[in-house]
Amino acid sequence: MSTPIIQLAATARVYRADGVEVHAVRRVSLEIQQGEFVAIMGSSGSGKSTLMNILGCLDRPTGGEYLLDGVSVSTLSRSQLATLRNRKLGFVFQNFNLLARTTALENVELPMFYRKPLVALSSQRRRAVEALQRVGLGDRLGHRPSQLSGGQQQRIAIARALVNEPELVLADEPTGNLDTRTSIDIMGLFQELNDSGITIVMVTHELDIASYCKRIIVMRDGLVISDAPNPERRQAGPERAKLDEAEQIAKLD
Amino acid sequence: MIALFQALLLRPLLTAMIALRALRRNKLRSILTALGIIIGVASVVAMVAVGNGARNKIQGEVSALGQNLLLVFAGNKRSAGVNSGLGSAASITLEDAAAVKNEVRDIVAMSPEVWTNAQAIASGRNWSTTISGVAPDYLGVRDWPVSAGAMFTDREVRSAAKVAVIGSKTANELFGAINPIGQTVRLNNIPFVITGQLSSKGAGLGNNNQDDRIVLPYTTVMKRLTGEKSVKLLNIKINDASRMETAQQQITALLRQRHRTPAGEGNDFNILNQKEIADKVANISGIITMMLGAIAGMSLLVGGIGIMNIMLVSVTERTREIGIRMAVGAQGSDILLQFLIEAITLSLLGGGLGVLAGFGIARGIGNVAGFQPVVTAGSVILAFSVSFAIGVFFGFYPARKAAKLDPIDALRYE
Repeated sequence: MSTPIIQLAATARVYRADGVEVHAVRRVSLEIQQGEFVAIMGSSGSGKSTLMNILGCLDRPTGGEYLLDGVSVSTLSRSQLATLRNRKLGFVFQNFNLLARTTALENVELPMFYRKPLVALSSQRRRAVEALQRVGLGDRLGHRPSQLSGGQQQRIAIARALVNEPELVLADEPTGNLDTRTSIDIMGLFQELNDSGITIVMVTHELDIASYCKRIIVMRDGLVISDAPNPERRQAGPERAKLDEAEQIAKLD
Repeated sequence: MIALFQALLLRPLLTAMIALRALRRNKLRSILTALGIIIGVASVVAMVAVGNGARNKIQGEVSALGQNLLLVFAGNKRSAGVNSGLGSAASITLEDAAAVKNEVRDIVAMSPEVWTNAQAIASGRNWSTTISGVAPDYLGVRDWPVSAGAMFTDREVRSAAKVAVIGSKTANELFGAINPIGQTVRLNNIPFVITGQLSSKGAGLGNNNQDDRIVLPYTTVMKRLTGEKSVKLLNIKINDASRMETAQQQITALLRQRHRTPAGEGNDFNILNQKEIADKVANISGIITMMLGAIAGMSLLVGGIGIMNIMLVSVTERTREIGIRMAVGAQGSDILLQFLIEAITLSLLGGGLGVLAGFGIARGIGNVAGFQPVVTAGSVILAFSVSFAIGVFFGFYPARKAAKLDPIDALRYE
């Protein structure tokens, strides 16, 4: 078996606020392999967001070890972390985090702008267009986020996460701001991407959403309390059909 | 090689495009922010242009006085603390003039000068003008040829003849299109025959128009018009620039001796050479330039602080944007560069508009003051480099603040 994309060994993160130590993540050890689709669940304060920040190289662990694609993250400088985020990671946020007043295409081109050495401008455009086509927004290149629906905005964010061909896509409550139908669509998109080989780690507090993933990790008080494959995995296609049916019935009543 | 090209040229260029877009989004704010720089640069450019123009004009005037010129003014008359100006005291006699001419070897030409004002009447028009009494050598000393007719002669000086040479402006006022040569002009009811017309010399030092005058033999003015026994000014031409100082010392010594001025007491006359006149004028304009420069410098400082202020606001407003950029892989240096280039763009924008405004102001002042302001490439380059430096200096702190943001906090910022 090849190197796991993520290796956590007794990883911990302690905050010091007003002299009080807060153990946001205590001792987490786990591995995530290429091609997995993992949900990290837990209530607020369980440490899942902190863990996500560490996985995303936005934050460094204060204890233990974190290897991303075999590279130890703890000792890297701020710029080295930035480079790692740029080359190996794609982010999808709850509130989309798109640049306002900037077109979909330009938003998707953004990660390539910070890639060193720079990608040729013409192939930047081509890759951004391809990424947008992949998420089904090939006809919305020139639209700005404010002209698009929440689901469409999240698709732009996903295209942006994919454009640098990352090892791993990290999604933080990606459906938190979306309605049920759009959520199913987005999860469907993630499933498609995962089927094509992209590794995805997602933080959510909704079991509904987690149930689309292949593996579910549950956290509480900074510890992993359960880590198991998801036996009853939902598929977006049938779920959408079920939803349509239910709406149909509701209308008939 | 390619990496270097990207780091030094392509990336800053692309970043500059982002900066321009950000500035275009807040057009009014950008213009208002740049206003401080605009005013500062405009005043620098206008000031330098006006200063240069004024200096050119003064230099022209000073050299128009004539080459290797010494002017000996009769002393100031001081009565009860009121200084009546150069030539107001009767301290130089015709005998003094003759002695100076005979005893100072380096003098090639000399003309005494007296002046008064009179109402000139000719062909039914009248015009108040300056009457100068001089010797024929005057035109040589002052490098001032006649444009028509001829200067009066030494014989006419000796006989205090009623002849006149007329300045171009006076001729125009009195005779219009008629040729003044051979015409008669009446001064204090005495008729004078005009023998020549002076070439035009333009405005003189100060505001008096040198072309508005009638030139008579000095003897004629002293006997027939003023009755004075002394002259107000000796115009002296020295043979060589290197002899100016010696001649000046000799004249001073001679006049002190003739006037029996006790050692230790000041001169009862003033001796000026061309260089001193030029230096005095340059000195005054230098002081004015420095004062204006200080004002311009301060407005540039204020403009720079304005840019810093708005950049700090901009960094705060765009914290989330910074967070997003960092999340997708922007390094601190990328963010620093972005905001620095934005500040520099603002200040260069101010510099550019300032140069244009400076051009306009200089031209306006030139129109009012009656000379040609000179905008030099040097002052434009200076203005741009100063604005660039201001952008770097005042943009650096906000840009560094942006670069040091923590990506997690920045992403969460509302």
